[in-house]
Amino acid sequence: MTAKPWCRRSLIAGWGIVLAFSAKRTEAATATIVIDDYLFMPAELRVSIGTTVVWENRDSSPHNVLSVADPRVFRSRAMATGERFEFTFAAPGTYGYFCGLHPHMQGFVVVE
Amino acid sequence: MTQPLPHDDAKHDGSKRHSLECMLWAGTGLLWTVVGGVPRSALIGSAQAQTPGGGFSFAQVSDSHLGFSTPLYSDVAATTAEAIAQLKSGPAPSLVLHTGDVTHLSRPAEFDAAQQIFGTSGLEIHYVPGEHDVIDDDGKGFYERFGRGAGPAGWYSFDAGGVHFIGLNNVMNLRAGGLGQLGAEQLRFLEQDLRDRSASLPIVLFAHIPLWTVHAPWGWGTQDAEQALGLLARFGSVTILNGHIHQIIQKVEGQIAFHTARSTAFPQPAPGSTPSPGPVRDLPAGRLHSVLGVTRISRVEGRAPLAIIDTPLGA
Repeated sequence: MTAKPWCRRSLIAGWGIVLAFSAKRTEAATATIVIDDYLFMPAELRVSIGTTVVWENRDSSPHNVLSVADPRVFRSRAMATGERFEFTFAAPGTYGYFCGLHPHMQGFVVVE
Repeated sequence: MTQPLPHDDAKHDGSKRHSLECMLWAGTGLLWTVVGGVPRSALIGSAQAQTPGGGFSFAQVSDSHLGFSTPLYSDVAATTAEAIAQLKSGPAPSLVLHTGDVTHLSRPAEFDAAQQIFGTSGLEIHYVPGEHDVIDDDGKGFYERFGRGAGPAGWYSFDAGGVHFIGLNNVMNLRAGGLGQLGAEQLRFLEQDLRDRSASLPIVLFAHIPLWTVHAPWGWGTQDAEQALGLLARFGSVTILNGHIHQIIQKVEGQIAFHTARSTAFPQPAPGSTPSPGPVRDLPAGRLHSVLGVTRISRVEGRAPLAIIDTPLGA
C-alpha cells in the first residue's frame, strides 16, 4: 500500500515526535547504580520523580537490594554476576537501601 | 570476673571441667598451645603434631559455597569433595558440623550438589545456615534438606561423646549496617537449653557468623552475642566454632575458646586488609589448597581435653 504524500508527511512528523519524546524520557528517566567489589556506586544518587533506577551487579559475589523502610518499598532477589534489578520511584523522598547479604553495603536514592 | 582455670580446676578437685588447651595449625607448620587462656605458637614438632587419639572427635566444614565460580576458584564442588574425602581418609570423626554457606545462592541445583557431596559421604553432618543459604525464601529450601533436628527457625541442640552441641542461626533478618543477630527468641531458647545443665559439661556452640566481633566495618560479628556469651560464662569449657570469614582466626576469652574455620571454596582477606571482603584476588598460582581446609576437634578424657586441628587441603 502506498500512502498519499500528505499522509506520509504526517506519519514522518508523528514518528519524529514519538522518537524525540522517547529519547528525552529515556535520558531523564533511567539511572544506573553499579554494584562491584562490595560497593554501590554511586552510593548516593539523586533523581527526579518517575526515574527508573537500575542496579547492576558486576561483582563476583551475589548481592541484593533491600529498602530500609518498614514495610520495605522495594526488595530485589539475589543478583548473581551480571543480573539486574530495577525500581521506578514515583514519589519524592530519601530511600535508604542495603544489601541483605552484606549489610555493611549501603546506599540511598534521593527522589526530588 | 575471675574463674578458676579449667585445668587447675581438674587438677585440684578432679571435676570433669574441660578447656581448650591445644590447637594445631598444621597448614603453616605452627602449633598453637593454649594454656590458661594464653595462646602460644611454636613450630610443630613431630610428637606435638600428633592428633590426640582415643577420644571423641568431630570435624568442622564450612563455607562450601556450592554454585560459586570465578576463574581463580573455578571448581568449588571439587575442593569441597576433596575436603570430605580428606576427612574420611583419616580416623573417621564421630560427626561433622557444617557452619553454613553450604550454597552460594540458595538455588535448587546448588542444594542438589550439596546433597550429592555431603549426603552421600556416609558422615553424620549437622548444619547451621549461612546468609547465602536463606536467600529469597527465608531458608525454606535449606531447612527442607538440611534442617534435620532443628526447629523451624534453625536452632537446636544435641549431645554426643559427652559434649553438648548447640547450633545457632545468626543470619536472618540482617539489618542495614548491622552485624549478625540471634534475636530474643533464640536467646530464650539458649537460656532454657542451658539452664539445667552441669557447669562441667563441655559445650560446643556453632553458628555461621562469628560470635565475637572480628571486624565490624565488614559485618563480621554478631550484635547480641554478648548476651549469649553471658549465658555460657558459668561453664568450664566452651568452644565456639564459626565460619563466614573463610580464614582461621582464634581467640580465648576466659573459658571460652573462639575459632573460625577455613572455607572449602575460596579464601577471604584478613580483616580490614583490603577495601572489601571479597574473595582473595591475588592468590599465587598453586596456593589454593593451602588456603582451603577443614577443622578437626578432639576431646580426650583426662588430659588436654579439646584440641582443634585445622588441616589445609594441601601445601
